[in-house]
Amino acid sequence: MQLNFLTAHKLKKMLEKREVCASDIAASIQESCEKLQPKINAYINFDKSILQKQAEEIECYIAAGGKLHDFTAIPVAVKDNICTHGIKTTCASKILADYVPVYDATVIKKLQEHKYVLAGKANMDEFAMGSSNENSAFGPVKNPLDLQMVPGGSSGGPAAAVCAGMAICALGSDTGGSIRQPASLCGIVGLKPTYGLVSRYGLISFASSLDQVGPITRDVTDSANLLSAISGWDQCDSTSINTGKVSYKDFLVDDIKGLNIGVPKQLMAEGVDSQVADSVNNALEMAQHLGANIEQISLPSLEYALSVFYVIAPSEASSNLSKFDGVRYGYRNMQASTLHQMYRQTRAQGFGPEVKRRIMIGTYCLSSGYYDAYYEKAQRVRTLIINDFKKAFEKYDVLISPTSPTTAFKIGEKTGDPLSMYLSDICTIPVNLAGLPAISIPCGLSSENLPIGLQIIAGTLREDLIFKTAYSLEKAIGFNKFPLHLYE
Amino acid sequence: MNKYMNNNTGEMAKYEAVIGLETHVELSTNTKMFCGCALSFGAEPNTRTCPVCLGLPGTLPVINSKAVQFAIKTALALNCSINKSSIFHRKNYFYADMPKNYQISQYNRPLASNGFLDVDMGSYVRRVGITRVHMEEDTGKLIHTGSSGRISESDASIVDYNRAGTPLIEIVTEPDIRTPAEAKEYLIALRNIILYLDVSDCSMEQGSLRCDANISLKPAGAKSMGTKTEIKNLNSFRFIQRGLEYEYKRQAGLLEEGKKVLQQTRHYDHLTDTTSALRLKEEAHDYRYFPDPDLVPLIMDKDAVQDIKREIPELPGEKIKRYLEVFGLPDETARLIASDKDTAQYFDRCANILGPGKLKAAANWITGDFAAYLNKESLKIKQSGISAESLCSLIEMIEGGRISSKIAKSVFEEMAQSKKEPQDIIMEHNLEQVSDEGELSKIIDEVIAANDEVVQQVKDGKDKAIGFLIGQVMAKTKGKANPALVNGIMSKKLKK
Ligand SMILES: [Zn+2]
Repeated sequence: MQLNFLTAHKLKKMLEKREVCASDIAASIQESCEKLQPKINAYINFDKSILQKQAEEIECYIAAGGKLHDFTAIPVAVKDNICTHGIKTTCASKILADYVPVYDATVIKKLQEHKYVLAGKANMDEFAMGSSNENSAFGPVKNPLDLQMVPGGSSGGPAAAVCAGMAICALGSDTGGSIRQPASLCGIVGLKPTYGLVSRYGLISFASSLDQVGPITRDVTDSANLLSAISGWDQCDSTSINTGKVSYKDFLVDDIKGLNIGVPKQLMAEGVDSQVADSVNNALEMAQHLGANIEQISLPSLEYALSVFYVIAPSEASSNLSKFDGVRYGYRNMQASTLHQMYRQTRAQGFGPEVKRRIMIGTYCLSSGYYDAYYEKAQRVRTLIINDFKKAFEKYDVLISPTSPTTAFKIGEKTGDPLSMYLSDICTIPVNLAGLPAISIPCGLSSENLPIGLQIIAGTLREDLIFKTAYSLEKAIGFNKFPLHLYE
Repeated sequence: MNKYMNNNTGEMAKYEAVIGLETHVELSTNTKMFCGCALSFGAEPNTRTCPVCLGLPGTLPVINSKAVQFAIKTALALNCSINKSSIFHRKNYFYADMPKNYQISQYNRPLASNGFLDVDMGSYVRRVGITRVHMEEDTGKLIHTGSSGRISESDASIVDYNRAGTPLIEIVTEPDIRTPAEAKEYLIALRNIILYLDVSDCSMEQGSLRCDANISLKPAGAKSMGTKTEIKNLNSFRFIQRGLEYEYKRQAGLLEEGKKVLQQTRHYDHLTDTTSALRLKEEAHDYRYFPDPDLVPLIMDKDAVQDIKREIPELPGEKIKRYLEVFGLPDETARLIASDKDTAQYFDRCANILGPGKLKAAANWITGDFAAYLNKESLKIKQSGISAESLCSLIEMIEGGRISSKIAKSVFEEMAQSKKEPQDIIMEHNLEQVSDEGELSKIIDEVIAANDEVVQQVKDGKDKAIGFLIGQVMAKTKGKANPALVNGIMSKKLKK
């Protein structure tokens, strides 16, 4: 197997045994990136000289007897809405096309402590708004498993990079499914941690009450290790939770005997492709064989999740994105002769259509006279959703559903119909509204040979249950799909 | 009734003013409201900034707990109740002095509410209700290039974000104020309290105390409210009163002519002493308030509030009461001393040293010669270089008869100039009062011997002439003779 298709935990063992060195790994990633970037467009910013330089520094570090951490020498793709000091961070938007942050996000600082390697800044939907990675000012990302297909979004770049062997693992962000859905469509593992478990400091906000940074990896073990690396209380983020140091790999136990699994019927409803439903049901049967108890349950409020999300997320976004006005940084229209003209033209030219659509929706929802009917009401329904989940977790350890109602769809298929695009996050959105942790793991292939993802949801800070379940099912399912054809 | 309402024209009494004030106070914490930047007035532009207060992408605010403490202290001093849970909202609007194009402020769940401030108007007390005290962050400053400094005449605007993120509290009153003079006195009293609390330097010149006013008129005695206007740019105590007086007359004039008062925001121009309406566009804002999702609710636990309450010093109102009732100071003296925190502290230290018998002398010095000196030199009491201890030893010397009060004045002057201790000055210039009867008797004998004529006049019953003789003794002793003693000895000798 090529080095670039190995997991971080496997590479760590090889590094320990001196079977590979940092430069070998970097070279392998560089090679695949040079070959595949033109086809897949997974990166907005990939710089081989930076990659090599980092690898050389780490060689010295290791040679000097430096400790091998879980991600030492591991090339990680970082979604381009996570700030990297001195390296362009664009949010896939024209308005930030040349923006260079003056500080590192907390998650980046934590990976630096591991002596990781920044593989590159990965493509995404502009400001993380989208489910297909077609809303990027730097062009769409292709699904490595089928170049006609979307990789999912908004973390399409990070997911495609990991899938195609252009990175060993990746950091994405998930506001309504932006880690899990692309992971599902690319046949890899994506985790959205409990809201507050990972610091948001340095993540360019889309919807502050929903955003979380999380790992996109080839397997569940890397997911647990990467979460251990990036999680933890941060004094710079008032919404971060102090859990103390947790080693999530301790929860990787192949034993779900007696585990109570609920299957919310609202997430298995019409709209879920029959092949997807079959594949998830297959996995549930396996779980049953492993000794888990499976029950259908109902969370009635989930029916409103999509509507609630499309009020709250755009509302917060409309405010979060007001800072992009051409005054301090980023793109500025230079023809404007007044402040207001500059605002208007900068934003009209700097933002893409989906971003504008959401700013409009959000501005409307927050306007006086509409606030109570939209934002305020959405918050109340959000509370109902939180309570429905709470009730469910009194009885069930985890909930299982499809991650996405369909497999990867064709590029261009849904761009003209925002609503059908929004529906592809119908299973993942409720989790963000309730601040819960959830993972997507691959559970099978469709007749078109496209991966199907299964979502495991747990209660607040119950990542332990997620990893236990995911690890057990991963073993039972034995999913294996590499886009080796791309290298032929 | 105050004099404004009874003033000249009839229109003044015909309408009653209903005035409310919104006051912004910059807190003097070490760091900004949501980041670790130092506060600064007058620092090089854009040097006191960081990614957070510049609102750079990805940054998040973290509440400065010291600022919260300062705000709670102020709210408690204004008799407010502290809300158990308060929320920071975002106030959304675009302007180049705002790094994020929203201001983090408080909206429907402020830090504190329902307080009051009693404003002493001399002949009556106006209780002004405090609707709310809330926290927010300040904006940066726009500087319009060109000589006039006005946006319309400049070709570029540059922005300084040093001030952006400075912690502010906003204090909103009920519409309880009835005259422009009351508005001014309210603001003076409010400022004094805040200075006592030591949470802001309250400089109107530097903009750390800023005030906007709402005013409407209604026929005297009527219940219904008129249409109000908001007046901005009232940047001194004088302008508050002047601006409101102008607006009162303007509105009264409109009502007299049967015209409507329009709900407007008006700008006070102190050069013309008038107000003018801002363009409608400038005030047509929908701020789209919503709770800031980057912050969690501020939960105040009772013990913490109690701890802050204990830190509140004796406030001006209480001080005046104590000076009047316990110290027995005259009304005017008590108010004068309490009107300045440092002066009051100085006086309290003197009162402590001197004890009840002599503290009135300290009050007289502080409001008399000392005040005159500070005034002449434009100094604050803290800058005088004369410690309470030094002033007290001067007073002790007068009271103990060691120096005359006349000499004391010159000793004080030298203390102020040279910063020497009174003791040393007296020794140096040999100024100690002569109270030795033998010595005085000798000098008096000399004076009597040299002034036969005057002595005769006294003996003839012209009692006033004795003053001349005493004056001669004082002159011979260079003012050091104890005048009471001289008088006694002289009288005794002349009656022989
Ligand atoms: Zn700062």
